Amino acid sequence: MSEAAVSFRGVTKTFGSVIANSNINLDIKKGEILSLLGENGSGKTTLMNMLAGIYYPDSGQIYINDEPVIIKSPKDAFDLGIGMVHQHFKLIDVLTTAENIVLGLEGRLNLKDTEKKIKEICDKYGFEVDPQKKIYDLSVSEKQTVEIVKVLYRGAEILILDEPTAVLTPQETEKLFKVMRNMKADGKSIIIITHKLHEVKAISDRVAILRKGEFIGDMITSESDETQMTQMMVARHLFLNIDRKKPVNVKPRIEVKGLTVKDPAGIYKLKDVSFTANSGEVLGIAGISGCGQKELLESIAGLQKVESGSVLYKPDDKEPVDLIGKDPRQIHEMGISLSFVPEDRLGMGLVGNMNLADNMMLRSFRSGKSKLFTDRKTPRELAETVVRDLEVITPSIDTPVRRLSGGNVQKVLLGREISSHPKVLMTAYAVRGLDINSSYTIYDLINKQKEAGTAVIYVGEDLDVLLELADRILVLCDGEVSGIVDAENTDKNTLGLLMTKKGGAA
Amino acid sequence: MTEKTQKEPLFHVVKRDTVSRRKEWAIRAVAIISALILCSGIIAMFTGDNPVEIYRSIFLGAFGSERKTWITLQNISVLLIISLALTPAFKMQFWNIGGEGQVLIGGLASAACMICFGEKLPNGMVILLMVITSVAAGAVWALIPAVLKARWNTNETLSTLMMNYIAIQLTAYYIIVWEVPKGSGKIGIINQNSAVGWLPNVGNKYLLPIIVAVIVTAFIYIYQKYTKHGFEIAVVGESRNTALYAGIKVERVIVRTMLLSGAICGLAGLLLVGGINHTVTTTIVDSQGFTGVMVSWLAKFNPIAMIATSFLIVFMDRGASEISTAFGLNQSFADILTGILLFFIIGCEFFIRYRISFRTGKEKH
Repeated sequence: MSEAAVSFRGVTKTFGSVIANSNINLDIKKGEILSLLGENGSGKTTLMNMLAGIYYPDSGQIYINDEPVIIKSPKDAFDLGIGMVHQHFKLIDVLTTAENIVLGLEGRLNLKDTEKKIKEICDKYGFEVDPQKKIYDLSVSEKQTVEIVKVLYRGAEILILDEPTAVLTPQETEKLFKVMRNMKADGKSIIIITHKLHEVKAISDRVAILRKGEFIGDMITSESDETQMTQMMVARHLFLNIDRKKPVNVKPRIEVKGLTVKDPAGIYKLKDVSFTANSGEVLGIAGISGCGQKELLESIAGLQKVESGSVLYKPDDKEPVDLIGKDPRQIHEMGISLSFVPEDRLGMGLVGNMNLADNMMLRSFRSGKSKLFTDRKTPRELAETVVRDLEVITPSIDTPVRRLSGGNVQKVLLGREISSHPKVLMTAYAVRGLDINSSYTIYDLINKQKEAGTAVIYVGEDLDVLLELADRILVLCDGEVSGIVDAENTDKNTLGLLMTKKGGAA
Repeated sequence: MTEKTQKEPLFHVVKRDTVSRRKEWAIRAVAIISALILCSGIIAMFTGDNPVEIYRSIFLGAFGSERKTWITLQNISVLLIISLALTPAFKMQFWNIGGEGQVLIGGLASAACMICFGEKLPNGMVILLMVITSVAAGAVWALIPAVLKARWNTNETLSTLMMNYIAIQLTAYYIIVWEVPKGSGKIGIINQNSAVGWLPNVGNKYLLPIIVAVIVTAFIYIYQKYTKHGFEIAVVGESRNTALYAGIKVERVIVRTMLLSGAICGLAGLLLVGGINHTVTTTIVDSQGFTGVMVSWLAKFNPIAMIATSFLIVFMDRGASEISTAFGLNQSFADILTGILLFFIIGCEFFIRYRISFRTGKEKH
């Protein structure tokens, strides 16, 4: 008997003309943690979706414990002991944790027994779950825990985690890894999809690499290093450091003073935030997610109702103007070129159902010569320029942007935002979910903007990148500024302390 | 490794990547033909009549004589105008199901002008007043739910629907006020002798709505596709957040678009009362405010495609009356046929988006 829990043999899956997986042969052993590594669009999620019964392979065979199986639906997958935790949670907000966990199971509903069983699972692996809490009261990491408990409750022996750490803080990630190790000790097989190489090193026994839908190879994690993995992933050598030039011609561009924002419930989101962003400089913003980063950028962009404070824009030759109380259109009409790459790319920065050319129009549709008619030609040209210059992979500029992969969506958005040669460029989690290659393209573009004299405000989550990309780093903690540090003379520990404790460095 | 213990499923559904225009229309054609074949079977089975004869008579009902053809075209025009009126609102994801009331109130306003000013003002003045008041009345009827939505985010489905009932009751009230002769419960033909307020004949008495429909179709097509307003409507419909991000004033777009929607509905009311019927009843709109929603959605908000969808619905409706008299079949029988046809047309969208992949039968190891 072999020790493979899952074997893929010659599995192929195509979507129209796109080959998502091509003749994949891969084994997952019992009781191991396997990292599935690959760039965006390399077919990791598709492969796992076939194991979880979401997709059905065009050809090839999947074996579970050496038995050939047919997985037609997620129910088949559950029956075979396969459970997948998707990147986007599939929970019902208004139901409780326990209700979500039993949802869809057959038999009589007995919530008491359910809660007992949930508690057993939690004690066994070290989860913390309150079965009676409603989902909408849970944090992102708690929701993820519920998803994992849900698949364990269904008796999963093979767990698939699709980019579980993308939404977690370093502390939460560590907690997740601890639980994963407990599950492994219990003999479960775990497949984790991730982009982050240091996490691959930290958690997995073996790493399998996909590239453009093909299986490239696998190796024992402890016997390989990050450079090796990267090379297999992108098939060419990458420099893993960012070329940071010294800022030149630094002038104050945006001056934020005493900015205070409350949410509709009256809770402080930003409290007395003051800082200056300079031209020709990248100001990094670090902080645990949800500490006011979104509100800060949206206040400057004119999208957020502000309680008090001011956001002064300082042009080169004119008097400073306050941006508070102006909407994006008014800011634009004042002749201020302010670009914003929001966190929610398809929900705010772009319209998923519109094609590339129409998405270019979002910023420019008012500027046509005619009062009534909009100019459709210039945006088309811009779309073609962006596709060419940023190497966006798309069938045409008439393709809806939602059909593009994450990295290409971001290139379209950033491409549009920098096309206006902005004086201020704000980006929120610009590389979230992007593979290494795309990420470096984005860093490169940001650096070019800085050299062109733009004041860049970069909200990021990867501290290593912040330290290499930014000139100065502002750390937010619970809506307050806990420190502004010089990136060159700071290390990760200092940032981490500032992130968790206000004024940690003082 | 052991042999397969389970059978491979007979077929599975695969999402298509892109479909060429031609293939899309081929799928739709197959759907319509299949629907007609199924309908034939049902006809033969339940009525014993010859399906070909029934189809022939449906066609003759719509195009059997010159007069019938003109009436069919006129009906298509009115339905098309109402559907076009609703389209910008739906494109904005504003569920305007108040077309019925907006048309009716426009018609009532026209009738009011004809009755109240018929003997006091010259014909031209009356017609001018009718145009202004009917368009304004339709616009106001749409404005109220729009403002409620923009200001307080109320549910527009409910408010536009309720406005329908208000319009119907108002009409019912004024029919009693203006009834001729007293006690008859209806108004009858207004200004039958003087024909004041009757919209002028252009060519023949059917042509005016057709011309208006052509103009409105071109207008909505250009408005949606090439104007700044049209782009704003599309963005608001897709995502409010993106609209705010792009500096679009969402409230203003909602109010402006609904004013347009209601104004065109009012215009349809004017045509119904001043141009076609020369009277007003509570049922004069004949549910076209709702049928228009279907016409608009079937055409995916494309004004040119809406010519085809409104044609289909009017054609089947006209044919229905014909077979109910010619074959002694109930009018509902034609509704069943229309239902089957629509089911196939809507259902075939699934096959445009997905393809069915059948079991190949060969083992792959």
